[in-house]
Formats: sequence, C-alpha cells, structure tokens
Amino acid sequence: MITLLLLPALGALALFAFPRRLAWFGSLTLAAATLLAAATVPVDAVERYRWLPSLGAQLLFVNDGISYLLIVLTALMTLLGLLASPAQPRLFHAMLLLLSAGCHGVFLSRDLLVFFICFEAVLIPMYFLIGIYGAEDRRRAALKFFLFTLAGSIALLLGILTLYFEHARHTGLFTFEFAPLLATPLPLSLERIVFWAFFLGFAIKIPMFPFHSWLPDAHTQAPTAASVLLAAVLLKMGTYGFVRFSLPLLPRASLDSSLLLALSVFAILYGGWLCLAQTDWKRLIAYSSISHLGFCTLGIFSLNAPGLTGALLQQINHGISTGLLFLLMGFAYDRRHTRLIADYGGLSKSMPGFAAVFMVALLGSIGLPLLNGFTGEFTILRGAFAAQPLAAALALIGIILAAGYMLSLYRHTMLGAVRHPVNLTLPDLNPREWLIVTPLLVWSVAIGIYPAPYFALLSRPVEQILERLHP
Amino acid sequence: MPALAPNDLFTILPALLLSLFGCALLVLRFDSPSFPVLLLTAAEALAAAALWRQSGFLGLTGFSGAILIDSFGLLLNTVCLAAALLVAWGAYAHLARLGEDHPEFYSLLLLAQAGMFLMIAGTELITVFIGLELSGICLYTLTGFHRDNPRSSEAALKYVLLGAFSSGLLLYGFSLLYGLSGSTHYPVIARALASHSPSEPIILLAVVPLVLGLLFKVAAAPLHLWAPDAYDGAPTPATAFLATAGKAASFGLLLRLLVGPLHDLRPAWDGLILFAALASLTLGNLSALTQSSAKRLLAWSSIGHSGYLLLGLVAANRSGIEAILLYLLVYTLMTAGAFLLLAGLDREGITDFRGLLWRHPGVSLLLVILLVSLAGLPPTAGFIAKYTIFLSLLQAQKFALAVVAALYVAVSLYFYFRLLREIITPSGPTPPTLTLSTGWRAAVGLAALLSLTLGLYPEPILAWARSTLP
Repeated sequence: MITLLLLPALGALALFAFPRRLAWFGSLTLAAATLLAAATVPVDAVERYRWLPSLGAQLLFVNDGISYLLIVLTALMTLLGLLASPAQPRLFHAMLLLLSAGCHGVFLSRDLLVFFICFEAVLIPMYFLIGIYGAEDRRRAALKFFLFTLAGSIALLLGILTLYFEHARHTGLFTFEFAPLLATPLPLSLERIVFWAFFLGFAIKIPMFPFHSWLPDAHTQAPTAASVLLAAVLLKMGTYGFVRFSLPLLPRASLDSSLLLALSVFAILYGGWLCLAQTDWKRLIAYSSISHLGFCTLGIFSLNAPGLTGALLQQINHGISTGLLFLLMGFAYDRRHTRLIADYGGLSKSMPGFAAVFMVALLGSIGLPLLNGFTGEFTILRGAFAAQPLAAALALIGIILAAGYMLSLYRHTMLGAVRHPVNLTLPDLNPREWLIVTPLLVWSVAIGIYPAPYFALLSRPVEQILERLHP
Repeated sequence: MPALAPNDLFTILPALLLSLFGCALLVLRFDSPSFPVLLLTAAEALAAAALWRQSGFLGLTGFSGAILIDSFGLLLNTVCLAAALLVAWGAYAHLARLGEDHPEFYSLLLLAQAGMFLMIAGTELITVFIGLELSGICLYTLTGFHRDNPRSSEAALKYVLLGAFSSGLLLYGFSLLYGLSGSTHYPVIARALASHSPSEPIILLAVVPLVLGLLFKVAAAPLHLWAPDAYDGAPTPATAFLATAGKAASFGLLLRLLVGPLHDLRPAWDGLILFAALASLTLGNLSALTQSSAKRLLAWSSIGHSGYLLLGLVAANRSGIEAILLYLLVYTLMTAGAFLLLAGLDREGITDFRGLLWRHPGVSLLLVILLVSLAGLPPTAGFIAKYTIFLSLLQAQKFALAVVAALYVAVSLYFYFRLLREIITPSGPTPPTLTLSTGWRAAVGLAALLSLTLGLYPEPILAWARSTLP
C-alpha cells in the first residue's frame, strides 16, 4: 500500500526529468499505474513500517471496505483530472500527483500522526493548484481555503495530542496507533472536548454549515482538475475522519448528536436554497456539494447501520456525480471561457452528446432511482428516519430543492433558444472527453443498478463502528 | 592556579582550532577569492572532527570545571558549526556584489563561533562571559560589515549600544550570583543557592537582570527592539549567521544557567520567561504581518520563533528542553536557508518576488520548501519542531498556552504565504537578478533539502535531541 503514496509522490518529482512534451503522458502512465495498484490492494491488507519509534508513530496502513472505495475513487479521479488537463504544464501534473499521494495516505493510515500529516500535506499542492492555475481571483480564494482548513487542522492536532497523552498517562505507552487508542479511558467531559476539537478539523474540511464559506470561492476559482479532486476527494476527508476516528475513538461524546443532525439538515436546506439563486454554473455545483454533504453527515450522525452505510456510499456517489459535473463544466468552460449560466443556453443543439452526459450526471446527483445517488440517499434517509424522523422529513425537502435547481440549470444551459450565436458553433465532446466521462457514467449506473457489492464491502467496517457506539 | 593539563586544552580544542584559523585568515593574504572559504571549510572540518572526538569523552571537564563536555553542548555546537558553514558558502557571491569581499568576514565568522563554543560549553560565569563578548564583538562587526551602507553602520551601532547595555545587565546578575555563592562555578553556585528561597529580594535582584540580559541575547520581546534593525541593516549572510548561530549559542547559555544553577529558583524567573514567550509570539508574528521587506519579515518572524523556543522552557519538563534543541537545529537550517536565499537576490521587497516561479523555478521550489517549513506545516521539519513544542506543553497540561501557540501558527502562515503568493503571481515589473554561485547553490539547496527530508524522516534528530539529556 505504501506504493500508493510513493508511486505518485516520487513520480511527481520524476516528471521534471521528462521532456516537456512527454510529461503529460508520463503523468497519465503514473496515475494509471496508481489506479491499478489501488484497485488490486486486497481488502484487510495491513502494512507496517518503522518511522518514529521515539514518538510512537509508525507508518501503518490498513485497507478495509471504507478505505478501499476511497482510494480507488482518488486514483480514478486523479487519472481523469490529468486526462482533462493536457495543456497544463508539468508543475500542474506534478501537484495533482502529489495531492493524490497525500489523499491515499489519509485514507489508509491508521496512525493518527501520519493521518494528520497527510491531512495537512494535501493543502500545499491544492494551494498551488488554485493559487497558480485558477481563475481571476485565485490567490485570495487559495489563501482563504488554506487558512480556513488550517485553523480546523490545528484544533484537530490538539485533539489528537490530548488523546495521545491521556493514553500514555493510563498505560505508559506513547502511541498514535488507532487500535490501542481505542482503549483509552477518557472522562466524559474531556471526551467531549476532544470530540469538538476533532469536529472543527473535520467539519471545516467537509465543509459543514457554518464553516462552508471557503468552498464556493475555492471551487469557483480552481482549475477544472483541482475542482474535481477537491469535490470528489478532499471533502471526503472530513466525512471519512468522522467515521474512522471521531465515532470509534470518542463513542460516548458522539452519541449526543442532535446538534450535528440539526446542522446537517440545515446544510441540506440552506445549500439547496443558495443554489436556487446562483448565476454562476460552477458556484451552483459548489453549493450543491454543501447540500449533498449534508446528507452524508446526516447519515453519519444517525448512528445506525443504514445511516452509516448510506453515508459511506453517498460520499462515493457524490465524488462520482459532482466530479462528473465539474468535469463537464470544465469542458464547457474550455469552449466558451465563461462560467455564467446566462452565457449558455440551447447547448443541446450544438452538443447533443454533452447534453446527454450532463443529463445523466445531473440525475445521478439529484438521486433518481437506478442511478448512484438514489441508493445512497435512500439508505441515509432510512437510517435518519430510524434515528430522528423529523430530520429525515426535512431532509426530503432537500431532494426536491435539488431537483429544482439542477433541472433549472439544465433548462437554462442545455435547452431553450440559443441566445448567443457563438454557442451554435461549439464542437461536441471529442474522443478524449468521452474517454474521461465514460468510466464515471458506467460506475454511476453500476452503483444504481447493483449496489449489493458495495453494501457487502461496507457492512463489516460499519458493524465494527456500531459495536463501539452501542456496545 | 593549577598547571595547564593537556586535558584542558582538549576540552576547548574546537574553539582553539577555530580561533587559530580565524587569526590565520586575518594575517594571510590570498590571490584566489575563493581561498578564504576553502580555509574556513577546512577549519570547520577540523572543528567537526574535534567535536566528534569529544563525543567519546562525555562528562569530561577542563580548566577546573570551567568547561564541560556533554552531548547538550555538542549538539548546539554542531548547530553553530552548520550555520557557519552554510553562511560562508552562501556569502561569497553576495559579498562580491557589495564589493565587500574580504577574508575578514570569514575570520569573524570563525572567531564568533569560537566565542559561541565557550558560551555553550562553559559552566563558569567568567568563561561564558568571555565567550559572549568574543562572539558579540565579532557579530557587531559583521553587522556593520557593509561599510559603504549607512544602514549597515547604523544597525551595528544600535546593536553595539544595546548589546553593551544587556551585557551590563547580565554582568550585574553574575556579580550578585558570585556575591551570594563565593564562586563562579555553576555547581558551587547551585549548592549555595539551594538554601535561598526564590522570593528573597537579593535573589530577585540577581535573577531578574540576568534573565533580562539573556532574553536580550536571544532576541525575545520585549527586549527585541535591536533585532529587526540589526537583522535588516546587516549584510544578509551576516544576518543569517546572527539569527541562527547567535540565537542557538544564546539559548545554550540561557538553558545551562536556568536549568542548571538557577533551576531551583524557578518561581523567580518563570513569570518573566512566560511573559517574554507570549510577547515574542505576539509582537513577532503580528509585526511580520505588515512588513513590506522580505528581510524585515523574516527578522520579525525570527522573534516569533524565539517565542516558540521559550515555550519549551515554560513547559518545564524534559521534553520541553528536547524540543528546544530540536527546534534550534531545524530553525537554523530553515532560517539560514531563507536568509541566504534572500542574499542571492539583489532586492528584498516582498513584491520583488513576483513571478519568481516562472523565471527561476528551481530557486522558487527551494524557497517554497523553506517557507513551508518556517510556517511549520507538514511534511517539513518545521512541523516536527513546532509539534514537539506543543507536545511538551500538552504534557505539562498547559492547554491554554498550546492553543495560543497554535493560533499563532495560523498568523505566521498568513505572512509566509504573502511571500508565496507573490512567487506564484505571474509577471512582475522588472525581475530581481539572481547572483548564483556554486557555494550558494550548495548552501541553500542543502538547507532546503534537509528541511524537507528531516520532516519526512525525523527519527535521527528526535533521537539525537533525546540523547542529550541524562
């Protein structure tokens, strides 16, 4: 599994040895090799390397159903992101590869210090991706993104260290390893403090309301590939952190989750409400992410099996659908160099293929049955009804809102009369772009039609978490 | 007076070698401009060998207890040695551009380092004071080394006057310690002070000026006012030396005194150190926010770093001291690297960095690594350094302090990233020209690479810092 970190990280450095023209192919090869490596990691594989024995930190990588889906998603999105940016310089490709290496580290590490280092380290390439290659207001957006997430990370670090010392105080063993830390006896008040410290770190990353204001800026300003990775992978670090670390390590503090349920529901409705008012295509998708991730946190804090399973599946679905939406927005932007919805309209006439793919992505995002979004949202709502019927009922309104803003986006961009003659001359998807969207379309339909393997993959990890929560 | 034994000379062998070569550099004249650097490198190699030899004789004392060889001192001396080497390699091209390319620069580096050896290894008041003054005089001269530049002379004058004042304070404290104990040797002072309570007026009268003098030397607020001006006015390589080796040696002296003979009087100096740490964090980081010169920005931020270092002492535990040593090691690498990188450019304004990435991608990459490390982000060594400080604070149950220190990381991030932002902004008006020599490349490259690799695999330095305390 360490190959998943080393291959892209060292490959990123090696890219600079390539001739400029071949660098893109080089990066594609590396990303494809990483994807292959990620897909073939056996579930339940464990790798352990010595790193910092004097602090009790080690490189401990464990794969399970949750991690497996996320690393495959990361590797796939990196490959597609690279495929979508052939004109960018080597540095851009190197940063994307570094980013994916960090993400693999986050999703695989079972050592809290290494997890934290990777969690932080991904900020640096993302800062440069947005800050160098973004749109007109990129540097402000990049800094905002960086400072927001860093502030959360500091809280997370202090939480981790408190856990580390409490464990050492009781057992005399200084370790950051996940499994022994589970047995740390924490007084409930301290457990709550640590939980909220973790919450700050993860909630800003997701982002949950009220920490969401960095997201629309970062997404709007980021180049396509960076948007895709940000939405599909980076935001998942927050939800992953909750499921992997907050719930099992701090089960008693997690149990009183009514505030978090309320925040989730509010994010669903508020995000959807904001979407209705957007005039910027990319900003709209960014706000829809807030709403969709509200479903994920709703599922997580329902604290039951369907809720958790649904949330874990939904984060993959959100990665697929939103990644696809951002990619398509990027293709449109490459042709028209504008993000304003008003500048489009009637694209289905000149770009029928694009319009068809966009329709599928959009319906998947809304949660139409037989597409990926439905399986996730349905399962989450089942869990939420069991936990808090009112929250589930309110969340349902979010789905209606989603249908409203997404279909209105479709109508204003794809359908209707062509308001700008230049839109009539736009070329349809080229073979490279078809190559990019096909895997995501296939995956989206596959999850929608036959989700059983994913539930099977997630059932054991979810059971383990529930055992910690309700012993 | 006891006869001089070979053992005595062995204990100060590195300082002897350094001063020998330093004096030789003053006397000899060379045709080749790179010869002084080579001679300095040879001197440092010999000094390193001497330090390595000394590491086999831990616990050895010389001059009837005035010098002590221990791994604490060896680590800090290695830090100073590394700083001097990096600075000497990186300085040559910069000095040539200023027209101040004289062998005396390297000679002063060596002599200052000899003084630092005495400060770090000394366990007797007079010895450390001689070391302090020897290094101080060399540093004053280095600060004013750019003679044609009024700012350089002004900085030197300011530094001399305030330095003399603080030495006076220090000496005042020393004399009272001598009066209280009848000896200048640390162990004897420690025994004599054991019968005193920390709240006695005479103890406060001795300890407070002493600690204030030491705080001045490490450039901690509120006694930091000389530092931004001296750092800014001095030729940039001299700044690099002043900010790294100068600080490391002063911390050596401070730790040896406060954790040694004055340890039991902790209540007398605890509050001062805590105040200085918080003030340095606040003033250093907040003032750096508004600077328009990159050199002044780094100067203010180095005051902030003093704050972090002092927090290790506030933690009052073993891991705090280890954290300080580790921090000094990492700080020296990244700060020397960053100042030397500035020395390669002919302008120092933050906006002059605009578009550096496109014109000099390699140099920009090194600067990015150094800045990320200074800001304390993983996966660089700067993170490990700040992290160990937090660790010691949390271990001491000082949660509020840890939170404050952590918040200042976010502040410092903002100003380091102001520089980063300029680097990645395309198209500046006229780009600064870079003067690159082989030595400069080696020095900055080494500093940046070590900042990165020690972040990825910090076990050796962690183990080293851990092994320094018995």
